[in-house]
Amino acid sequence: MLKTFRIGGIHPPENKLSSGKKITLLPVPKQVVIPLNQHIGAPAIAVVKKGDDVKVGTLLGKAGGFVSANIHSSVSGKVNKIDNALDSSGYRRPAVYIDVEGDEWEESIDRSNTILKECTLSSKEIIDKITEAGIVGLGGATFPTQVKLMPPPGNKAEILLINAAECEPYLTADHTLMLEKGEEVLIGISILMKAIQVNKAIVGIENNKKDAIVHLQKLSVNFPGIEVLPLKVQYPQGGEKQLIDAILRRQVKSGALPISVGAVVQNIGTSYAVYEAVQKNKPLIERVVTVTGKAVSNPSNLSVRIGTPISHLIEAAGGLPEDIGKIIGGGPMMGKALINTEIPVIKGTSGILLMTRKESERKPVYNCIRCAKCVNVCPMGLQPTQLMTVTEFSNWDLAEKLHITDCVECGSCSYTCPSNRPLLDHIRLGKGKVLGIVRSRKT
Amino acid sequence: MVILIAVISLGAIGAIGALFLYFASKKFEVYEDPRIAQVQEILPAANCGGCGFPGCSGFANACVKAGTLEGLYCPVGGTDVMNKVAAVLGKEVATAEPMVAVVRCNGTCEARPKINNYDGTANCAMASALYGGNTGCSFGCLGFGDCVSACNFDAIHINPLTGLPEVIEDKCTACGACVKACPKTIIELRKIGPKSRRIFVSCVNKDKGGIAKKACNSACIGCGKCVKECKFDAITLENNLAYIDYTKCRLCRKCSIVCPTGAILEINLPPRKEAVAEAVVKTEENKETTN
Amino acid sequence: MENSLYVSPSPHIHGGDSISKNMYGVLIALIPAFLVSLYYFGLGALIVTVVSVASCLIAEYLIQKFLLQKTPTLWDGSAILTGILLAFNLPSNLPVWIIIIGALVAIGIGKMSFGGLGTNIFNPALVGRVFLLISFPAQMTTWPVPDPLSTHYLDAETGATVLSAMQWDSSAIPSVKDMLLGNMGGSLGEIGAIALLIGFAFMLWRKIITWHIPVAIIGTVLIFTGIMHGINPTTYVNPLIHLLSGGLLLGAIFMATDYVTSPMSKAGMIVYGIGIGIITTVIRLFGSYPEGMSFAILIMNAFTPLINSYIQPKHFGGK
Repeated sequence: MLKTFRIGGIHPPENKLSSGKKITLLPVPKQVVIPLNQHIGAPAIAVVKKGDDVKVGTLLGKAGGFVSANIHSSVSGKVNKIDNALDSSGYRRPAVYIDVEGDEWEESIDRSNTILKECTLSSKEIIDKITEAGIVGLGGATFPTQVKLMPPPGNKAEILLINAAECEPYLTADHTLMLEKGEEVLIGISILMKAIQVNKAIVGIENNKKDAIVHLQKLSVNFPGIEVLPLKVQYPQGGEKQLIDAILRRQVKSGALPISVGAVVQNIGTSYAVYEAVQKNKPLIERVVTVTGKAVSNPSNLSVRIGTPISHLIEAAGGLPEDIGKIIGGGPMMGKALINTEIPVIKGTSGILLMTRKESERKPVYNCIRCAKCVNVCPMGLQPTQLMTVTEFSNWDLAEKLHITDCVECGSCSYTCPSNRPLLDHIRLGKGKVLGIVRSRKT
Repeated sequence: MVILIAVISLGAIGAIGALFLYFASKKFEVYEDPRIAQVQEILPAANCGGCGFPGCSGFANACVKAGTLEGLYCPVGGTDVMNKVAAVLGKEVATAEPMVAVVRCNGTCEARPKINNYDGTANCAMASALYGGNTGCSFGCLGFGDCVSACNFDAIHINPLTGLPEVIEDKCTACGACVKACPKTIIELRKIGPKSRRIFVSCVNKDKGGIAKKACNSACIGCGKCVKECKFDAITLENNLAYIDYTKCRLCRKCSIVCPTGAILEINLPPRKEAVAEAVVKTEENKETTN
Repeated sequence: MENSLYVSPSPHIHGGDSISKNMYGVLIALIPAFLVSLYYFGLGALIVTVVSVASCLIAEYLIQKFLLQKTPTLWDGSAILTGILLAFNLPSNLPVWIIIIGALVAIGIGKMSFGGLGTNIFNPALVGRVFLLISFPAQMTTWPVPDPLSTHYLDAETGATVLSAMQWDSSAIPSVKDMLLGNMGGSLGEIGAIALLIGFAFMLWRKIITWHIPVAIIGTVLIFTGIMHGINPTTYVNPLIHLLSGGLLLGAIFMATDYVTSPMSKAGMIVYGIGIGIITTVIRLFGSYPEGMSFAILIMNAFTPLINSYIQPKHFGGK
């Protein structure tokens, strides 16, 4: 019996269309737009100005606070301007426009393919290097990695969990990465273990990626302390709290951090970025992006420079289908709908999903029939239908009492509702309001 | 005999109940200043929260407890009601300027074409949390009517032709519910002005001129012509957006003539012959140049 | 952009479940029981069911179209289901005009007066049934005796049901085998335990309902009647007879599990089921009506909002 989390969950059709496709290197575009806010937290502060020459790996923006991340140039060329650009947030926000000239890298970056296994750095040095490289959680949440590696005083990490569940339908970026860069990923994991000073790490992989499980299990023999654990396919297994529950059978209390149960969770893609940053001095300037969809002629896994407009990615996957209804940055459950194809790839872009018009239209909404299916699937044990009602009536006190702030916005409730009710739309709104109220109460 | 038992036992139960009620009412008695009820009777009972207190009883309570009536104002009842409240409490009334809500967006369906289909729940707060909106302007009105549902007085409606909310001046009590409800802070409370006349910049777009103009034909492009024209220092330009301070504006109407996009609106001002002719010529010129 | 993109908040896919899928799922689960009643009651069963379904549909259509002025949602299956469930709770020799009154009450008062599907407090079919039971006690409590493939309708031969036999004449109780197959007197759909259980299994397999409510009800009735049987076997019959007789299985599997009127959390469902079980047993053993299932379900329907607000599902990370 494979492990999975114990409350709720759904199993949407997997549709891993790009599974088994090799990672293809996408050529560098003529111009990249690198947003200064690619992470949760304060935006980075630009350190370059118009007309500056930059190389691949040059620092463009310095972290603007404790919860923030550095931004580096992903191309070499000239800074065209620093101006607002429409990014995946749907708003115009500051970004650095760079006109590409050649492909010149900073000298400190090791571009060879040799795998460097040894790492003699101390915990602090590793974390400094990770901070320097601007690494954020690559699963999509884009939380700055170094913050997670420095537990608040009084907490001690016991175990490192690596999230390789890739529970979102369609996406295969992590799967491909594990198959092609298995060794590097495992080195990255052992570096992370060193950084938080634990000697045990578990890689949780959903059982629909059997080849990756076998591959990593074979390689992990040489890495003491790293265990590869197959998990039952269940969405949202990649949620931090769900993954901890699935692997360790420990439940993080409402409002608490994973470290409170002794766990640190990192994404598998992040551990690859950590390997590159620590062993190769390469900042986070490119990532693997899945371009997929039922109407896409050639679903692919592409290695893309940050800042590349998504139109280039779509072109590489066979072009924009005629019957295009929706472009999603990320997976179909938690991804964001994008409004045009000029939006740049950022650190958190795990996939580009193209949906046909018929797939993208929402269906008409009917009355709630109180079937409790949303209650059954909610991985946080909430009552989505009730939360939607209290939000509609703006009853924020009750919403708080019903733990609306615990919602992880996985969308299982809306997915499963037979009346097509937009439960998550309302809960998200209510969660935001309640969080605002809680915050203002503290100050 | 049997009857007697019934009478006695029922009587006893009644007496015990009465005693219980008596002690409960003593124990849980809450003293309330009788003036609170008096004040509450005067108030319009709209419970809109426009005064900043939770409903009319909250406001009445605050009025009674406060030393002076300064800062306390019922926007629905206006000065009349406040005078009555002051009379009951024997306090001085604080006069407040009568205000009205204005919608600072003129991006009609024509001026501001839609560039994508919003398919989520029709709610401004939700759409605004998701993205900039279904037009090129990420500052302008989303048109899903959060302000309409926030209004307790039926004073604001979405005009189906323009897709924008319109305030019915006579019904608006300036309670500010729509101002709070609008996620884009488009709605502002402004002085009603003499004879209900007022001039304001009907745009909140902070993008640079070119981008703003591309997204919406009636956007403020931050050209600053109105700032130069104003003799009373009433207009300021910040983040590519002009703002008219209603405490300084004298309604001279010079700014609205020079505005190249027509972002400055005049409300209830009489039509002016020359100016109209001039404006017509101007718009025609504009058309020619754009064509 | 003429071919403009859709933009909406996540999630961007839907599981494809719908109200009608669930309703038709329940209807499919009711087919075996319907076949059993067709076999034992023949023409009467057919007439009662058809009249009940048709009048429920017509009532729903008229009320939605003309009173509520909404687009009628006739084919979501809920009105058909109410019609079938109402028919299953009626004797097969009931005159047409009484059935029509029952259907009108079920849809008009039980469902639409609360605002339609999803907002009603009580199970509509049971509201209709109980209304008829109180208004027409004589017609509602004379059940035809089973007569395979009978062509009689109003003129069918009548006899006692198992439950009334329990109260008056325990020698008339049929054998367990007959009760399993449905060879006994009673309302249309309540005979034929095996057919009902097949429906239960189907609904569990299709994940239309969970096991909690039926198991809680049946378990409670078995335990309660078992205790009473143990105390005094002559007055109180074997719990197995209770299980297989009357509307217990029909009610536990199809009526109490109605989405709208049952609690949402698993623990709440168990509490609700136990409540129904206790009330049913109390009415059956100590009340003047031989059958208590309908009343028990309606009473617990009234408690559903209370159960929902007091019994929340287990919260992640909570105690």
